[in-house]
Amino acid sequence: MSRKKDNYETSRWRKFKSWVDGETDPLDHGMEAHEAIPPREDIYDSPAHEKAVKEELSRIYGEDRKAVLRARGIRYFQRFYKVMSVVLCLGIIMVLLWTVASLPITGNASNPDNNEVAARYIEKGLQETGAVNIVTGMILDYRAFDTFGESCVLFIGSCCVLVLLRLDGDSKNESIRKMIAESDDRHFEPKNDIILQKCACVLVPIIMIFGVYIVLNGHLSPGGGFSGGAVLGSGLILYLNAFGYGKMGKMFTEKLYKRITLCALTFYCLAKSYSFFTGANHLESKIPLGTPGAILSSGLILPLNICVGLVVACTMYAFYTLFRKGGM
Amino acid sequence: MRLFECILLLSLIVCAMSVAFTKDLLTSIIIFMSYSLIMCIIWMILQSPDLAITEAAVGAGVTSILFFLTLKKIRAIRKEDGSEQEEG
Amino acid sequence: MDVSLVEHLLLNIEETVSIVLFGIGFTILLLHRNLIKKIMGMNIMDTATYLFLASKGYITGRAVPIVVDGIQDVSAYINPVPSGLVLTGIVVSVSTTALMLALTIRLYERYHSLDLDEILILAKEEEQT
Repeated sequence: MSRKKDNYETSRWRKFKSWVDGETDPLDHGMEAHEAIPPREDIYDSPAHEKAVKEELSRIYGEDRKAVLRARGIRYFQRFYKVMSVVLCLGIIMVLLWTVASLPITGNASNPDNNEVAARYIEKGLQETGAVNIVTGMILDYRAFDTFGESCVLFIGSCCVLVLLRLDGDSKNESIRKMIAESDDRHFEPKNDIILQKCACVLVPIIMIFGVYIVLNGHLSPGGGFSGGAVLGSGLILYLNAFGYGKMGKMFTEKLYKRITLCALTFYCLAKSYSFFTGANHLESKIPLGTPGAILSSGLILPLNICVGLVVACTMYAFYTLFRKGGM
Repeated sequence: MRLFECILLLSLIVCAMSVAFTKDLLTSIIIFMSYSLIMCIIWMILQSPDLAITEAAVGAGVTSILFFLTLKKIRAIRKEDGSEQEEG
Repeated sequence: MDVSLVEHLLLNIEETVSIVLFGIGFTILLLHRNLIKKIMGMNIMDTATYLFLASKGYITGRAVPIVVDGIQDVSAYINPVPSGLVLTGIVVSVSTTALMLALTIRLYERYHSLDLDEILILAKEEEQT
């Protein structure tokens, strides 16, 4: 085994050297290289792929000399690429581990990242935002602009997926119609699967109520718009899988999706603009903070949480339907 | 607790390695799902329940569903190709 | 010197593991030819970064940053800033994953291959003709 490996190594080096020097006839050598290299031993190569590459090579080889040179160049480049990427990865890991070894120890209260910013959020957070959960108060009040940008990233992400995967139903083009008919995979599946439907009957209400609970209690307990929205989206996906597009279409259409997302993002933008405007000019914002711990408290955080939750739920559902059949 | 955390961290590495070395895509997606679940428990231990809920819903749920759907789509296209080749 | 280095790495075990995971993800991203595996590698890199950030905010023996019984002392809660940062990151990583998977489906529809090298060769041939 080791002897074989040695031979392999030396032959590779010899080939590389002769390739660099340009001594041998490249056509002749290319043939030899093609014959002599044993199947590579690493895990990434499947035999089928190896065969495909060989076929590709022999096909190109039949055509002309230039193509042979190019194919050999690609092979050498791939090998060089593999070695260099392993070296690069190991180098990065080494450097990062060395850095970690000189970082302060985890869990120590005197670490430099536990500075006055975190102290301020903890000490004044409850009075200034009214939210019991400091993390929610932070991301939806002090740093609400980040969250707005993030909701926009989600919206833009779903728009990009829409552009990439949408199949237009009104299209005159024959091939697109054919694709739509093929992508409608409902008739491949067992229709009205009784087990799935009964399970969904029990689970969907529980999942939905749990999602709504997470969204509404975002300022009181762990959770908030993002996680609650994802749970709501999963509930919608389960309902769709169990009962099909026909029943889902009565409740949730593309129009509704557009309206919900647009309204939520606009409301978020306006509400936060108002609060930033009043805050920057030291005006009275006239939004009651309520008693901490009550469900109707902490000013704008509850409506903002609902907005974020709606956007996230709609986006998750839109991702699913777009991947499944290219449209709502 | 510390020992438990170390075991979880070790299994994270094992999961990541097996994602790299599994040849079947479906298996590696399922392993990736379990990776997300382990990550979720680690965040509970690191006292960030917000992250744990989000990771459980998003990482283990929605991301895996998207991967499965992609695989299904690709297999559907591949099957179509195969039947066409057989005909021709 | 060496012993203290390893000891320090073991004390910072979360960070060490996150760096190792980052390395594994990066290796998958560079070395795997399959596009879906590459996307998984990027997801692993994502979660490794989040683990690093979250472990930076953790303080031993302190509780979740949710105010209980009106205690608003700094010494009672962990650092809330990294949690907020990671929370935003997780959700953004989903939308990037969905976008990349959509691109993969389109590439497969066009070139009938998941292998990045094959796709590049085919695309070049297409360009030349």
